[in-house]
Amino acid sequence: MNKILFSAVSKKFVMALAGLFLLIFLPVHLGINLMLLRGDPEPFNNAAHFMATFPLVKVVEILLFLAIIVHIAYGLLLQVQNWMSRPVGYSVRNKSETSAFSRFMIWTGGSVLIFLVIHFFNFYFIKLGIVEGDPENFYSVAYQLFNIPGYVILYWVCFLVLGFHLYHALQSAFQTLGLSNEFWTPLIKVISLLYAIAIPVGFAIIPLVIWLIK
Amino acid sequence: MQNMKLKLKIWKQRDASSRGRFVTYDLDGVSPEMSFVEMLAYLNEKLVLKGDEPVTFEHDCHEGICGSCGMYINGYPHGPVKGLTTCLLSMRYFKDGETIVIEPWRAKSFPVIKDLMVDRSAFDKIQQAGGFISVAVGAAPEANTIPVRKHSSDLAFDASVCIGCGACVAACKNASAMLFVSAKVSQYALLPQGRPEAKERVRDMIAEMDKQGFGSCSNTGACEAQCPKQIKLFNIARLNREYIKAL
Repeated sequence: MNKILFSAVSKKFVMALAGLFLLIFLPVHLGINLMLLRGDPEPFNNAAHFMATFPLVKVVEILLFLAIIVHIAYGLLLQVQNWMSRPVGYSVRNKSETSAFSRFMIWTGGSVLIFLVIHFFNFYFIKLGIVEGDPENFYSVAYQLFNIPGYVILYWVCFLVLGFHLYHALQSAFQTLGLSNEFWTPLIKVISLLYAIAIPVGFAIIPLVIWLIK
Repeated sequence: MQNMKLKLKIWKQRDASSRGRFVTYDLDGVSPEMSFVEMLAYLNEKLVLKGDEPVTFEHDCHEGICGSCGMYINGYPHGPVKGLTTCLLSMRYFKDGETIVIEPWRAKSFPVIKDLMVDRSAFDKIQQAGGFISVAVGAAPEANTIPVRKHSSDLAFDASVCIGCGACVAACKNASAMLFVSAKVSQYALLPQGRPEAKERVRDMIAEMDKQGFGSCSNTGACEAQCPKQIKLFNIARLNREYIKAL
């Protein structure tokens, strides 16, 4: 039984399921963030308050953290195993044709993780009372951050990298879960591309629009 | 076409425990009509006549069906031409004066035996774990007794052409054997004769694959691109489906 639960293929299943859950979370987060574009702080702060207090959301939040932890832990574990499977490398770079972003998932994923830590310091830790700030007014916290050019550039770079990660992630999750064949895969690849463009662009335009309105 | 002069940088290693190094050979008079393994045999002939040690490499059928001639040529398993094994790779794909770097397959599960020859018995172990159907011996049964859908039989055939050369492992950044295992699982999973033992087969073969130290699949597609028999990535999705069914 242990052989099945902890086989490389099972680990990939768990990673794919956790990843797909995170893919569902992103559009929800984006939907709330887009409320920042309204001149009135009320709707955004209300939505943030709802997300922080509504009991069902609390349950989903636990699942979300679990998904993040499992996805990262299994990702690292598999990566270390993968590195160990080729102790002596080639002297000529491998020129085999591969999908462009699939080779760098550990690095794009790691970059997203660094952004996530920064993001927690900026917002989530205020809610927990670890970092100073008003948890009822994330609207102004966000506006303050978007006023710092260096932060906005980092924000854009991180979402570009997230886009690279998402493009491979979505189609790869379907393949890992066995949901791939001659008929569906071309469609799934198009959906992956659209998703990987729409989500990062959606997040990235917010500071741009705020800056233009000013 | 004129004969070519080549510079060959070949990996030389005494055995699995010794340190290897590249040795450079200048080889004149290579005919573009030679296959890659014929070119190496020609090099060895010259080396032996000079009293030098020949290069060890594996080859057998010379018609792309035995899977023994794999080597990593200029950054490509089986060389730069798609859908060919090293024995079918013609020297006309190389230019006069070209430097060709030849390395053995690199994977923990495929230790170097000598020079370009690696031990691929890890694949045999995976096959022994479940790559078969248990049938009573005796006269061959009538082929048309069990109806099989044309589409399924075509897909099963496409999977069954895997020659177990190990190019998928050599090409994969994770040295994963998923394409090989998926082909071996698929050829039985798609046919009625393979169904009774389908669950045990996929469980045992994947357990053995892990035990042999191969990496996991990152769905990069390098294996499919380098497979001389052009086994499709969809087989890996089928392997995953079979594994879910067997849980």
